[in-house]
Amino acid sequence: MKARVTVSLKPGVLDPQGRAIAHALQGLGFASVRDARVGKVIELEVAPGTTEAEVAEMARRLLANIVIESFRVELEPAPGAP
Amino acid sequence: MNSAVVVFPGSNCDRDMMVALELVTGRRPVALWHAEAEVPAGLDLIALPGGFSHGDYLRAGAIAARARVMRAVIGHAARGGLVLGVCNGFQVLTEAGLLPGALMRNAGLDFICRDVALEVAAADTPFTRAYGAGAAITLPIAHHDGNFQADPETLDRLEREGLVAFRYAEAVNGSARDIAGILNAGRNVLGLMPHPERAVEEAHGNLDGRRLFEGLLGVLA
Repeated sequence: MKARVTVSLKPGVLDPQGRAIAHALQGLGFASVRDARVGKVIELEVAPGTTEAEVAEMARRLLANIVIESFRVELEPAPGAP
Repeated sequence: MNSAVVVFPGSNCDRDMMVALELVTGRRPVALWHAEAEVPAGLDLIALPGGFSHGDYLRAGAIAARARVMRAVIGHAARGGLVLGVCNGFQVLTEAGLLPGALMRNAGLDFICRDVALEVAAADTPFTRAYGAGAAITLPIAHHDGNFQADPETLDRLEREGLVAFRYAEAVNGSARDIAGILNAGRNVLGLMPHPERAVEEAHGNLDGRRLFEGLLGVLA
């Protein structure tokens, strides 16, 4: 089965990359863009039965730097699994 | 003084650090491979060098901070042993939890490689005692992720307790309160973005980094 960990910068943490992306989009004429924040998505292939708590522990220990980042865990059962 | 330099895959300032340490201490440092579980007994200083450990994958220093050798480095620090992290080494120390805060992408998004003016903000430490408080020095920097950030309470605490070791004399990379280097509460762990090991001999055109190592020598003899 798959686990997806989405890592985002905490609100209030300056994101220069996001700001550059917002500027570039505005430069392309997308006047609706107010701001952009860049995060990352890490997809893990994990053994069936792996719990959300276990994946959250992986995120806390390595995948996210909890000083500056927050994370969200989603589990996707394998196709055809009950 | 007995020293060691940790070598991670992707470290690229480990040799410079070893040359600087040997020059000042007169003793050849031990090279510690990242996968080693134990460090030799009797070490006074462990240095984490600059570079791009593990390709800076995930976050700068993130993978290296979980390397096996880091458990021994954390133990050394807990026993009061000296730990010096330069550039990528500073990033590793924050990722390992030995120093607070985080080093983020430079505010201007550029890789910055030049000499910068610094103020020695804390002089009563093993690393900075040879400079004197408020000393103005110049050291080279070369980094993409040197933008030091922490929550306001942590920044206040660092300043209140005199744990800001070095400050940029001008805004360089977006770092909160122009912080270039910080100490742990025990003042035996220093992380800084500038490279003292690149300013230790006449050929470098700058000897300001040498005094950091000489100060350590005075402490440990």
